[in-house]
Amino acid sequence: MKDPTVRISGVAKRYGKVEAVKDVSFALGEGETVALVGHNGAGKTTLIKLMLGLIRPSAGEVRVLGQDPATGDFSVRQRLGYLPESVAFHMALTGRETLAFYARLKRVDVAWAFQLFDRVGLSAAAADRPVRTYSKGMRQRLGLAQALLGQPRVLLLDEPTSGLDPALRRHFYDLSGELRAAGTSILLSSHALTELEGQTDRVVIVNEGVKIADGTLDSLRSLAQLPTRISVKVANDGSAAKWTSNGARWKETGRQTLEAEVAAEDKVAVLKQVTSDPADVVALHVVEPTLDDLYAHFLDMRKAAQ
Amino acid sequence: MNNILTVAAKEIREGLRNRWVVATTLLLAALALTLSFLGSAPTGNVGVNQLDIVIVSLSSLTIFLVPLIALLLSHDAIVGEMERGTMLLLLSYPIGRKQVIVGKFLGHIAILCFATVFGYGAAAVALVVTGTEIDAASWSSFLVMLGSSVLLGAVFIAIGYLASALVSERSTAGGIAIGIWLLFVLIYDMALLGGLVAAGGHALPAGLLDTLLLLNPTDVYRMLNLGSGGASALSGMGGIAEFAGLNALILIAALAVWTLAPLALAASVFSRREL
Repeated sequence: MKDPTVRISGVAKRYGKVEAVKDVSFALGEGETVALVGHNGAGKTTLIKLMLGLIRPSAGEVRVLGQDPATGDFSVRQRLGYLPESVAFHMALTGRETLAFYARLKRVDVAWAFQLFDRVGLSAAAADRPVRTYSKGMRQRLGLAQALLGQPRVLLLDEPTSGLDPALRRHFYDLSGELRAAGTSILLSSHALTELEGQTDRVVIVNEGVKIADGTLDSLRSLAQLPTRISVKVANDGSAAKWTSNGARWKETGRQTLEAEVAAEDKVAVLKQVTSDPADVVALHVVEPTLDDLYAHFLDMRKAAQ
Repeated sequence: MNNILTVAAKEIREGLRNRWVVATTLLLAALALTLSFLGSAPTGNVGVNQLDIVIVSLSSLTIFLVPLIALLLSHDAIVGEMERGTMLLLLSYPIGRKQVIVGKFLGHIAILCFATVFGYGAAAVALVVTGTEIDAASWSSFLVMLGSSVLLGAVFIAIGYLASALVSERSTAGGIAIGIWLLFVLIYDMALLGGLVAAGGHALPAGLLDTLLLLNPTDVYRMLNLGSGGASALSGMGGIAEFAGLNALILIAALAVWTLAPLALAASVFSRREL
């Protein structure tokens, strides 16, 4: 990876006796979208705060755009966008006043900033209403607008899609796709794993403050060697007897419904066999291991190791 | 500097929006007008300058009210924003924590300044409109009273920030604010009075009394406004003021120290605080 925009090396953070983060290292490349995945309290927000320089690491080093965010020059923060988890604003101010306030702090032209309302899908009428009256979705849009001020090179988004409706979520991922294309590094923390599929280049899984997996979805999949689930609704009960080869063990899960878990390398052969006589098959589902399964797998592996 | 002004402007706008400015201005104006008209009733029109009476009543009012307003404005400034989550976002911006505090301070001072000048100014305007003659000395005392009232407010805004930076919950900051108000406005003077009575008429060493008066910003304010000029004779503070060797400059400096020290302390506590 050439010149990562964010690099975290051997970072630990203790709050009194509690170790929120233990010896975590990873890097964020230019134009890369990385998902930071973990339970609530796994250390995701702590890591993001470390990258923002809001807290200082107890050990290790954090570098954002080449500088230490806690002690370095504030100019780094002009190219940094942050959307906190459940973002809060000053209730009495309107959306427009709020965005203007943040734009001034970031030395961004206020007129340019107002174009962001359009980009995040906040209407002009809504922008002139006090934030007090906003719905959760509108607040999140305003939060996204402020994060996009100054065309950031690094975007840190803490649970950006929690509590958003599906349409808004899609809009959000469209936006993040545009930004990625423009070379912005995006780190998004989440525990809604399934929706991250296809949206991220890499996944970093943290648990209890420790990084337990880091890689592309495909590489994590092959590492985990999770089976693919094939579920078939058959036309008549006897047909399954024919499909015994390739080590696929078929289980009856419902009326005329059979399911088998097959390893990734056997998948094609099994499918070929199942579909050899189209008359046998009424319906066919192939379920690849989801991010949820992967996550559970890595957690279990870690538990087993302890 | 830009950042400081941006934060100050935001505080003022918020103050206007949530009616803080209007409420405090109206409150001060209503009380000032009431006092200036009621206050003139017992003295009639014999000899005493009307504005001096207003200064005496308004100063006494200020000692109770302005610290209270200042603490109400300030105790929430840091811990409240942390609790609501707005501080987290603000500090991710290219702005220093000292700039945040100083910006908020300027904004809150502006709100208090507006309320004092227009609220108390209303009383002076009312006197002028009703055709009272006011001499130059009284006018200058009145201006000193206005200025020092804002300064007294600044003291308690700074103290409020310190409380706000130290605690981790809003309600704690609120409790501390009430405690500070009670201490400086009521308890301290009662204890001092008790001490003087207990001394049984023996004169306290002048240096000790000076120090004790300087240790309470409301006493400093009282000395500044009631200790000299036409007001001293009316308020009975002239006796103490002559006894204590404190001139106006020392008193103003004391108020400035009372403002800057808590403010600097608040900034340093806040800078070291982890979110």
